[in-house]
Amino acid sequence: MSDPLLRTPLADRHEALGAKMAPFGGWHMPIQYSGIVAEHLHTRTSAGLFDLSHMGRLQITGPGATDLVQQATTNDAARLSPGAAQYSLICNEQGGVIEDLVVYRLEDGWRLIVNASNRVRVVAHLGELRERGAIDATLQDDTFDLALLGIQGPESEAILQPMVDVDLPSLRYYHAVDGRMREGNTPVTVSRTGYTGEDGFELMLSSTAALKIWDRLLEDPRVKATGLGARDTLRLEAGMPLYGHELNEDVSPYEAGLKRVVRLDKGKFVGSNALAAQSDGEPARRLVGIDFDSGAVPRAEFPVNQNGKPVGQVTSGTFSPSLKHPIAMAYVASTAAAPGAELTVTIRGSEAPARVVKLPFVPHKTKR
Amino acid sequence: MSEGTNIPSDRRYTAEHEWALVDGDKVVVGITDFAQHELGDVVYVELPAIGSRVTAMKEFGAVESVKSASDLYSPVTGEVVARNAELTDHPEWVNESPYERGWMIHVRPDDVAEVEGLLDADGYRQLVDA
Repeated sequence: MSDPLLRTPLADRHEALGAKMAPFGGWHMPIQYSGIVAEHLHTRTSAGLFDLSHMGRLQITGPGATDLVQQATTNDAARLSPGAAQYSLICNEQGGVIEDLVVYRLEDGWRLIVNASNRVRVVAHLGELRERGAIDATLQDDTFDLALLGIQGPESEAILQPMVDVDLPSLRYYHAVDGRMREGNTPVTVSRTGYTGEDGFELMLSSTAALKIWDRLLEDPRVKATGLGARDTLRLEAGMPLYGHELNEDVSPYEAGLKRVVRLDKGKFVGSNALAAQSDGEPARRLVGIDFDSGAVPRAEFPVNQNGKPVGQVTSGTFSPSLKHPIAMAYVASTAAAPGAELTVTIRGSEAPARVVKLPFVPHKTKR
Repeated sequence: MSEGTNIPSDRRYTAEHEWALVDGDKVVVGITDFAQHELGDVVYVELPAIGSRVTAMKEFGAVESVKSASDLYSPVTGEVVARNAELTDHPEWVNESPYERGWMIHVRPDDVAEVEGLLDADGYRQLVDA
């Protein structure tokens, strides 16, 4: 018998709202409430409220904590001061991507926020590295003790500010701060991060407090409950990768366009030898954005062709609610990857015309 | 439970959630309220050209939502004599009005009696309730 699905602290709320639920990464999650397109557009114009409690939250502390983080990840965590965060990757020895994550420097340690589907694997990987290197560090999994909510969209700061004692205008992008919710004076970690390309915040707080804050936020007419369906269309418009689609162990960070988060100069990390060997040349294939004028929707694994010859495969595709036409990300041969290159995607036996465009499809509005 | 789903008694239904409405010498075809609700926001409808042949219980096109594509199955065998070209610009009509503005094709059936063999409203309601 397979493991039963995990429920976040807000599962009852989603069901009470009549959300369409589905399994995701081992969790029972809301895919949509009122509809993916409506929730997506509302996030881009006002504010969407997301339950992100399925994401893995890990803490690493102890004298060897920085060492462990630096050995496991590709980006240079030493550049972070307390309160700052960075997007990073965990690779295997061959330089293939095991995980993409956000690394936060705490006052005395590190927090890693990882994909729900990879949490168990990342914990095992870090444990192995710690044992192998006899690193003096403690690994703690906070996933089941703390809820995580996201509020994303141009109205997020105005909506959230009266509810927290943290000065939001001075909280920079990819930074986090500990504070308190005014209601109940409950502790909360507020980070200015997200997966939509909009300004917004992620709140980490106790499950009981999360229920109150969820209810309070939904009382505000500017806020709409938003599910994983819209989370996917938002991140795809923003050109952001999703592990299992754009990223997997057969993909190198260089192919995925993530050279900027591979810091070979920081010292050795798992995969650094393999990545050093790759870093000079051009990758044979690259992740690109593909645009369609209209018509059928490209989906993962659909073939991509140029002049009748196969050049790659779609990794994610959808109908873009903001642009009102289909969009996709795909790995294609570098020779076919220049913006403007004319391609086709095979959709139900027909070749749908498309062209390579620069990512993101929709410009980011995050506060720099 | 199907309480909220609309199943008009003036037409017939397939087990694949299409409806067939006899209108003079043609059959109008679309998908049901239950189907549009299951699909979510419809973003694209792929329909056959006028003049093409369709066969009962064989696929004649596809309907795409944000998250997935579903094949459309013809209730009857015959020739396509009209297709709803407005769905190109207004795929949302399939959600908003699955039985009226969201109609998909008109078929001139080889044998209009074929419609009698389809589920009636009660039969279809039992199917979606199961």
